[in-house]
Amino acid sequence: MMIYPYGDTTNDGAMQLSFTLPLKAGALAKEAARRLVKKMGFEKAEVVTMQDLGGDFSFFVVYGHTTTGINTNDIQVVEAKFDHMDRVQVDEYIEEQIGRKLVVVGATIESDAHTVGLDAILNMKGYHGDYGLERYKNFEVYNMGSQVLCEDLIKKCKEVKADALLVSQIVTQKNIHVKNLSKLMDLMEAEGLRHRLIAAVGGPRISHELALELGYDIGFGPGTIPSQVASYIATTKKERLENE
Amino acid sequence: MEKLKLRLKSEPVHRAKEISKEIVDDLMDLIRDNTTTSIERTVLRLFGITGADIDETPYVNIIVKQLMKKGVLETGASLYVLNACVHYDKDPEEIAKMVAEENLDLTDIPMEDYDRINALSQKLTQTAMDHITKIKDERDKLLYETWSDPPRPYKYVIVATGNIHEDVIQAQAAARQGADIIAVIRSTAQSLLDYVPEGATTEGFGGTYATQENFRIMRQALDVVGEEQNRYIRLVNYASGLCMPEIAMMGAWEGLDFLLNDSMYGILFRDINMKRTIIDQYFSRLICAASHITINTGEDNYLTTSDAIEKAYAVTASQLINEAFALKAGMEPKYMGLGHAFEINPDIKDGLSYEIAHALLTRELFPEATLKYMPPTKHMTGDIFKGYAMNTMFNFVSVLTGQDIQLLGMLTEAIHTPFMQDRYLAVKNADYIFNNAFSLGKEFSIDEDSFISQRAHKVLEQAIELLEHTREVGLMQSIEEANFADIKRTQTGGKGLDGVVKKSPKYYNPFEGAFRRLLNIDSQVFEGGVN
Repeated sequence: MMIYPYGDTTNDGAMQLSFTLPLKAGALAKEAARRLVKKMGFEKAEVVTMQDLGGDFSFFVVYGHTTTGINTNDIQVVEAKFDHMDRVQVDEYIEEQIGRKLVVVGATIESDAHTVGLDAILNMKGYHGDYGLERYKNFEVYNMGSQVLCEDLIKKCKEVKADALLVSQIVTQKNIHVKNLSKLMDLMEAEGLRHRLIAAVGGPRISHELALELGYDIGFGPGTIPSQVASYIATTKKERLENE
Repeated sequence: MEKLKLRLKSEPVHRAKEISKEIVDDLMDLIRDNTTTSIERTVLRLFGITGADIDETPYVNIIVKQLMKKGVLETGASLYVLNACVHYDKDPEEIAKMVAEENLDLTDIPMEDYDRINALSQKLTQTAMDHITKIKDERDKLLYETWSDPPRPYKYVIVATGNIHEDVIQAQAAARQGADIIAVIRSTAQSLLDYVPEGATTEGFGGTYATQENFRIMRQALDVVGEEQNRYIRLVNYASGLCMPEIAMMGAWEGLDFLLNDSMYGILFRDINMKRTIIDQYFSRLICAASHITINTGEDNYLTTSDAIEKAYAVTASQLINEAFALKAGMEPKYMGLGHAFEINPDIKDGLSYEIAHALLTRELFPEATLKYMPPTKHMTGDIFKGYAMNTMFNFVSVLTGQDIQLLGMLTEAIHTPFMQDRYLAVKNADYIFNNAFSLGKEFSIDEDSFISQRAHKVLEQAIELLEHTREVGLMQSIEEANFADIKRTQTGGKGLDGVVKKSPKYYNPFEGAFRRLLNIDSQVFEGGVN
């Protein structure tokens, strides 16, 4: 099916753009903004706001109509698929299907100092009214916090015989997260841990696709709640035990 | 400027402050009896030692490490360096080079005549104190005489490119857009580095390294815009971490105006050893107090890790402890940028009433402090339009309740470091709200039995409960019990304990006395202001 952005009429292709140009606000800057948007394939580009940002910068809001559409039949998306259960169901599932507690190790690695995402999933309190993994009867959780060296994380996984490893990455400037995650994966493989672990990545800029690309089992993006992570770990662990 | 008033009862306020003072009193022996590697490096920097070796290890680290290894750091680093200066008739920086590049062992040098060492010490100490005083006076003159202090709340924005030269472009643009305060966010792991990098830096993660040269570059860049606009633009950096005193010294030296400087942040949120932090924060605050650097405390962090309603009292308790520590360091209340935040889940019904109650509580507990109010971050989702609306509410509460330092919320929070236009939109939002609601607060009064008043008193009572327990078991034990931010730290755990050294009876550090004399600490203790 061919689709176009919807402004106020089907297929009108209307979009709003906002950006800054390194130009002093004025007639030249305004025309440059309009032409730039037209050159991007928009028709009827209209600059509705130009603001002086001081120095040699100006800010624009531009409306345009794109003639570019997209055929949804051509698109394939990579989506993680698993049954989403609530906390009580997950605990029961683990008890019945696996019969022992699952060990989960979580950390934010290397230079990344942000634990908001990790804590949202692991801490008792959880996120968005959904309790964190520490609250589950059948998870044994080790939250190692932030700025954990990959080497230390691997050591911990071995020490506590982890079933799952959760890595949170928030800082993505200059693709530092890709570098950190690749390093961890290399170490996991070198230490022969990879096949024993369910390896999950989470963070606001993390997609399932990126996670797969880097060799992880699953990527959890923004808005993920703890019971989703819990369900994934429980069901995946069971599948792996069956395949062993 | 008349603002909305809570009319907090005075009895619990006095009780809260008294308990906090006792909590801090209990730690003064620890502070007095110990020094740290970072304090000793600060002293060497004050003597004029800068520079690093080929591996980028600062000279001050090399010297302190040598003295530590030889087991003599307990007498203080200054004595050995000054002795070497007298012995070789060289200045401290030349001695530092000899240690770093020619393997000079400072402990091999025979002790010279005490009077000559003392004379040199007095001369160098005076030079450093004079410089710090000069920088302070110059800033105070620009801020209060040449131009004038901008109306409050001050508009504070951040730059965080990782490259100091790129930061300059964005900071100057932000200042021209109307920002009063520019903060250069630090590279993400810097609080855990046990040294301060050297020179101008062009690579960092999530921010730019705090270095003395970067401080100087940004100070100069903001002064250029200040001249252009006939106003003084304040510069902020971050001291909390393993190098708290060193960064304070660099800030004082280069004319910084605010420094993030919290007595517990490093312990709780960066797992730095508690003894190390408690000892370091004191010396670092002596420097800030003497330089008129406004400290900014990090209470907002409690609310990003815990619930903003449930844990509101932890913010209040921490503010009181931070104030008590700052008073011990001779700091006037107006240089205390005690922190709090607008972090209540936007889905909560009547969330704004809670926010107003919490903001008023902070305002009235610390009437003379220069309060730092942090924007929503935890509940920013990437929906920039909703985010912009939340920031508007935040600005509204701030002007209504009379906050001082407004960390402007960015509509792209949780997406990326701010774009050029994000800061502009934030400044314009604040300009609009601050002007539009300028005197609104004085049009209303709050009933004693209103939700807002009851809530504020309840939070204060909960804070007092925590403080009373903390007084009973001691602050360190209370942290061990995870009473702050639900984070448990141990007295022997965390980073940096190996840098804590018990002073010997011969311990020598001329700056400690110099700062204390300058601040009249022994003769006069500033009392926290109470309404």
